[in-house]
Amino acid sequence: MTNTNELVACEPERYEFRALPMHQFALERRDFFKLLGAGIAVFAIVKGAAAQETAPGGRGFHNQELPKEIGAWLHIGEDGSVTALVGKVEIGQNVRTSLSQTIADELKVPLDSVQMVMGDTALSPFDAGTFGSRSTPTMTPQLRKVAAAARTYLLAKAAEQWKVPVEKLVATNGKISQTGSERSLRYAELVREDLWVGKISPAETTTPPADWKIAGRPVEKVNGRSFVTGAHQYSTDLRPPGMLYGKILRPPSFGATVTSYDDSAAKGMKDVVLVRDGDFIAAAAATVAAAEQALRALKILWKEVPQISYQEIFQYLKKNAKPSGEERFQQKQGSIKEGLATAAHHLKATYNVAYIAHAPLEPRAAVAQWTNGELRVWMGTQRPFAVRDELADIFHLAEKDVRVTVPDTGSAYGGKHTSDAGLEAARLARAADGRPVQVVWTRQEEFTWAYFRPAGVIEVTSGIATDGQLTAWEFHNYHSGMSAIESPYAVVNQFTEYHQVPLVLRCGSYRGLAATANHFARETHMDELAQVAQMDPLLFRLNNLSDARMKAVLEAGAKNFGWPRKRTREGQGFGVAAGCEKGSYVATFAEISANPRKGTFQVVKLVAAFECGAIVNPDGLRNQVVGALIQGLGGALFEGVQFENGKITNDHFASYRVPRFRDVPEIETVLLDRKDIPSAGAGETPIMAVAPAIGNAFCDAVKVRLRDLPLMPERRLAG
Amino acid sequence: MPKGIEIEINRKTYTIEYHPDTPLLYALREELGLTGTKYGCGEGLCGACTVLVGGMARRSCQIPVSAAVGKPITTIEGLEQNGALHPVQQAFLDAGAFQCAYCTSGMIMSSVSLLRATPNPSDEQILQALQGNICRCGTHPRIVEAIHSAAKKMQEQPQ
Repeated sequence: MTNTNELVACEPERYEFRALPMHQFALERRDFFKLLGAGIAVFAIVKGAAAQETAPGGRGFHNQELPKEIGAWLHIGEDGSVTALVGKVEIGQNVRTSLSQTIADELKVPLDSVQMVMGDTALSPFDAGTFGSRSTPTMTPQLRKVAAAARTYLLAKAAEQWKVPVEKLVATNGKISQTGSERSLRYAELVREDLWVGKISPAETTTPPADWKIAGRPVEKVNGRSFVTGAHQYSTDLRPPGMLYGKILRPPSFGATVTSYDDSAAKGMKDVVLVRDGDFIAAAAATVAAAEQALRALKILWKEVPQISYQEIFQYLKKNAKPSGEERFQQKQGSIKEGLATAAHHLKATYNVAYIAHAPLEPRAAVAQWTNGELRVWMGTQRPFAVRDELADIFHLAEKDVRVTVPDTGSAYGGKHTSDAGLEAARLARAADGRPVQVVWTRQEEFTWAYFRPAGVIEVTSGIATDGQLTAWEFHNYHSGMSAIESPYAVVNQFTEYHQVPLVLRCGSYRGLAATANHFARETHMDELAQVAQMDPLLFRLNNLSDARMKAVLEAGAKNFGWPRKRTREGQGFGVAAGCEKGSYVATFAEISANPRKGTFQVVKLVAAFECGAIVNPDGLRNQVVGALIQGLGGALFEGVQFENGKITNDHFASYRVPRFRDVPEIETVLLDRKDIPSAGAGETPIMAVAPAIGNAFCDAVKVRLRDLPLMPERRLAG
Repeated sequence: MPKGIEIEINRKTYTIEYHPDTPLLYALREELGLTGTKYGCGEGLCGACTVLVGGMARRSCQIPVSAAVGKPITTIEGLEQNGALHPVQQAFLDAGAFQCAYCTSGMIMSSVSLLRATPNPSDEQILQALQGNICRCGTHPRIVEAIHSAAKKMQEQPQ
C-alpha cells in the first residue's frame, strides 16, 4: 500500500546538526533543529512512482538542499512533542487534521501532541502541490511509515535499556510499557538519550485500517478554535511591521497594451511606492486607499483588441480545435463502425459546458519582503514549491534565496496554483526598501484576472443492442480536458479523444478538472440511452457495468433514495448519475420539482453514495462530500462566466451567482468504508455527478433534455 | 484630511485616524489589526465582513467609519469572554460547521445577531438571516444545525 520503500532515521545532536551519512543532504546549511530542538527525526524516502509524480522534471522541480525523494519527515522533541513536516497545504479540505490523526494513530501518541508544519519551502520536503486528490493517498502511507519507524526505534531503545525482549513491550499513548510490569517510559524520556543514526527496514509494517484507533474516527478540526475566534491569520490578515498595501493597475481588457503613460501627478505623492515594469503598473502605500489614489493619478492610454464573446464560444471551440491524432489524447478499443453496425439503436448528441470561476472566498493574496537579496513570501497557494521556482526564475534568484510559506488558506478549489499575487507583491516589495508589501485581490480582480475552469464541447455517438447493452461508444471532448474522459462502462467498441483548442480565456485547474464536464456528457447520454431502450436508468447502468465498486455506490445510493420512486405530485422528477475518478466512486440521486408551465425547477433533495477506500476521518469526509455537492450545484444550475471583448461582464457576486443557503436542498450522504482498500482522496470526485443527476431528474419531470451547463440560465430558476 | 474619530469596539474605545467616509472594514483591518473580520467582496454581497453595530449585523464594508460613531461595535474578536467561547462559536466548533473557515467570522456574527432578535429561530428564519452570507465550501447544512444547537444552549443557560 505504499511507494515508501526505504526509510532513513537520524537523531541530531543536541545543539547543532551533525553531518549524517546521507551525503546528498546539505542539512548543515539548514536550521531545522534550531527550530525544532533536539530529539529524533525520521525521514521518509520515496522512490519510484511517487518520486516521479512529485518531481515531474524540468527546470526547478528540485530542492537544492533536500533530496526530492523525501516525502515527509517527523521529529520527536525532548518534551515529547511530535512535529511532522509535509509540503502539502491546508485549504479547507481538513488535511491538517486527517494527517495528524494518521501520525498519532501510528506513532501511538495523543492527537493533540502532533503539530503539522505544512507548505513551507524552507522546512517542508519538496512537494508538487496540493491537488488531484493526492494528499491522502500519497501522504498517509508515507507518514504511517515514518511514524512506524520512529515507534520501532523507541521500542528497541526501551528494550535495550530494560534488557528485555522487544516483544514484551508495547507502545501506547506516548509511552513504552512492559506487559506484566508497572514500568513505563515516556517517548520524551527516550529521546533524551544518545544520538541515533540508522537505516530503517523497508519492510516496516504499518497498522491496517481495521486496527486504527485515532484514525478512522471523526475528530474536531485540530486548530478549529482559532477559526471560530477569528485568531487564525490567513495571508490576507498578515501584518508584519512596516507593511505597505499594494494595488495593481489592471488593463481595461485582456490583451490591452499601454500606448501612453504619464505618472507626473502620481510620482510626487508622499510615501507611495510606484512601479512600472513592462505591463506591470502598481503602487504600494500605508493604506489601500492611498495606493488606489496614486493609481488614479496616473494618466494612461490603452490600445484594446476585439475579442469573441461567451455567446460564440462553443462554435469557436469546435471550429478552432487543433488537428491532433496524437495517441496521448486518444483511447481506442475495438471498432466503432462495427459496434454501430450491430446496434439496434443509435444516438448522437452534443453537450456544452460553460467556463466557471472558483470564487474562493479568500481572494488571491500574498505578503512579500526582501532582506539582503533574499525573498520571503507568505501566500495562499496550492503549490508553494512551484511558486518559489517561478519567483526564483523571474527575479533571477537561486531557489534557496526564495522562501514561500503558506498559511492555512481560505479555500482554493484548484484555483490557487499560480504565483500571481505573490509575484505582484514581490515586485512591489523590491521597490519598497525592505518593507513588506501585501497584495490582496479584489473580488472583481478574482473574477477577471484569475483563471477559469475551461469551457468545452463534448460530442457523443453511441449504439445499444435490443437488451440495452452498449455496443459502441465514441466520445470527443473539445477543450475542457481529459479527466475522467474514459467511460467506466464495459463497451467492446470505444473511441475517446481529447481535442486541444488555443485558449480564449486563461484556464487552469478546478475541483475535479474536466471530470465534471465529461461526467455531465456521459451520464446525461446514458440517461438518453436508457430512455431509448425503455429501461430504468439505474438498471440500464448496472447492466452495463462490470466494476463492482461503482455498482456498490449505485446500489447504496439507490437504497437510501428509495429508487425507483413513484411520482406523488406534478412536476416531480428523479435522476441518477455515477462515476469514478482518482480511485474513488460516487453515485448521486436527485429529486427536483419543476413547474412545467413555466419551465422552472428547484432541486429538492440530493443523495450521494461515496466510496474512497478506508476512511481516515468520517466527519471531515462528510464535510468534503456535502461541500462538493453544494459547490457542484453552482456549476450545475447557474454558474457561467460571461465575457465580451476581453472583459468579464459578470464580475461581481451580484451577477455571478454562487449557491447560497436557499439554494441548498435536503442532502444525505452514504459513506462506504472499505477497510480493505487503501485510502484515496475525496476532495473532487463527489462533485462530478451532481449536474447530470439533476439534468436527468429534470427530463424525468418534464420530458425536456438539457444538454448545456449551466442547466438553468436565469429563466429556469424557480422562486 | 484624516482626523481622530472615536469609536467603541469590543468594549474598548479607539481613536482612529481615518477619513470618515472610509468603510469601517478597512479601519478595523488596517488600522486596528482586527483581522478576524474578513474582506470577501467589498460590496456587501458575501457577508464575510459582518460585525455587530448596536447589536445588529451589518456589513462593515458598507458602513462608513463616521456612521459607527456612538454605537458599540462587536467583532468576532469581542465574542469570547474570559476565555469562554460564545455559545454560537462553540456550536460552530462542535458541529464542524466550517472548512476553510474564511466565511466563519461573518457567519457567526450574523447568527449572533439573529439569535438576539429571534432566540428560537425556525429554519426559514435562519435562511432569511444568512442568505446574504456566502460559504463556498458548502457547509450550509452544518451552519443551520449549529445555529439551532446554539439557540437551544442559550435558552437553557441565558447569558
